[in-house]
Amino acid sequence: MAAIKVTGVSKTLEGLKTLDNISLAVECREFRAILGPSGCGKSTLLNIIAGLLKPDQGRIELGGVDWTGRTGRVSYMQQKDLLLPWKNILDNVCIPLLLRGVSRKEAHGTARTYLPDFGLDGFEAYYPRQLSGGMRQRAALLRTYLFTSDIMLLDEPFATLDAITRGKMQVWLKELCAKYKPTVILVTHDIEEALLLADTIYVLSSRPARVLLQAEPAGVTAAINNQLKQEILAVLEAPSTR
Amino acid sequence: MKRSGSIASKIVPWTALAALLVIWEAAVRLTQVPVYILPGPVQILSTLGASWDLFMSHTGVTLLEAVTGFALAVAVAFMVAFVLNQVYWLNQALMPLLVASQTIPIITLAPLFLIWFGWGMLPKVLVVILVCFFPVVINLLNAFNSVDTDLINLFRSMGAGRLAIFRMVKLPSALPGFFAGLKISASYAIMAAVIGEWLGAQQGLGYYMTIAQKSFRVDRVLAAVMIITALSLLWVKLIEWLETHTMPWAAHERKWELDQL
Repeated sequence: MAAIKVTGVSKTLEGLKTLDNISLAVECREFRAILGPSGCGKSTLLNIIAGLLKPDQGRIELGGVDWTGRTGRVSYMQQKDLLLPWKNILDNVCIPLLLRGVSRKEAHGTARTYLPDFGLDGFEAYYPRQLSGGMRQRAALLRTYLFTSDIMLLDEPFATLDAITRGKMQVWLKELCAKYKPTVILVTHDIEEALLLADTIYVLSSRPARVLLQAEPAGVTAAINNQLKQEILAVLEAPSTR
Repeated sequence: MKRSGSIASKIVPWTALAALLVIWEAAVRLTQVPVYILPGPVQILSTLGASWDLFMSHTGVTLLEAVTGFALAVAVAFMVAFVLNQVYWLNQALMPLLVASQTIPIITLAPLFLIWFGWGMLPKVLVVILVCFFPVVINLLNAFNSVDTDLINLFRSMGAGRLAIFRMVKLPSALPGFFAGLKISASYAIMAAVIGEWLGAQQGLGYYMTIAQKSFRVDRVLAAVMIITALSLLWVKLIEWLETHTMPWAAHERKWELDQL
């Protein structure tokens, strides 16, 4: 059974047709990337899967259950770290556990076990403002992971970081996913990032977004990946058929 | 550079104040203005010292009115801001009325309060509430409404209800705006009580000032003004102290920024 199944989703936002009949399925423990030009509706699609927006048409199934327009099943990380400036790192990452009714002490215990893997060991008492952008994104990812570890939506999580930090974070995320094996949908406009991290890449057209191409870079050599990159670029740059 | 700047920033205002008082005193002595027109600071202070007990008994009354009105205004402002933030149509309906209420001159309203509520404490407290309510409610509501929608969406996606979002996100985010409003209201509170007393009272600094003014005791009027100013400044300082102690993370940020220099 697919962890995430999107069937025929269309959405018009403020009179602009943003998503046009999108269908995709993500198997359990798979890492999928959704690649597309800026403003093509990738974030809208994630908002719909997260249940924050209702689609005009189509449905969202999570683990075989209809979750269209309902929140609370998948965890969702956005471009901004959205850490609360008045809470320290440990309390920030514990928020989803507290919202679920876990006691503060127990939440702290759970969170602490993950701090080393998320590169936050020793920084739990710091306030977000005191940490680098990369560390804040790692804290945001841990908060996301602690909410629901099995299905995670990542919306351009490294877009605001500098190129060097971004490269390090991508390698770190790849290792982390190899260890914890979550189901992930990563939205990005960075082809290299998609090729590095994802098992399968969906390439979306510019607005209204349609699935142009489905590619599988996993386990292939650099040369083939390069070829795949050219192919993706060609699809993206081709004049629209409509 | 930064350190000497911070010391200078403490010395400069006090020096300016002292210089102003010296110039005032010198001008009064040189021109020999009669005391019933303009007394110097030394004369005002000696008047204050001579009738200290009388001043303090009137100050106590005024302070009680101001504190009561301020506390009630803040409590009502908080509830109104909470409700208007949660119920959008109510916000739309009441915001223009709130703004309009601020255009009514208090000085014309206070005598009506006397007619409606008599000569006791209530009409003065009402004037304080009217003056102090608006800065708090407008700053607080603005702060509630300007919380990052992405942050609210994140909490929604984690299954947080409206009250949880209010408690965990909106309330702490709104603290700086809340304190900004509190400081404005704190600086007006005593003045508002005095205005209430000025128009009809049997005790309080405003009442005392009307009596002193009628007998051309300008020194007494100005001594009362000094008390009002000093108390208002103390009140604002108290709010600032509360602000740094309820928002330790903000102090953290300031300290961190200093460390970076």
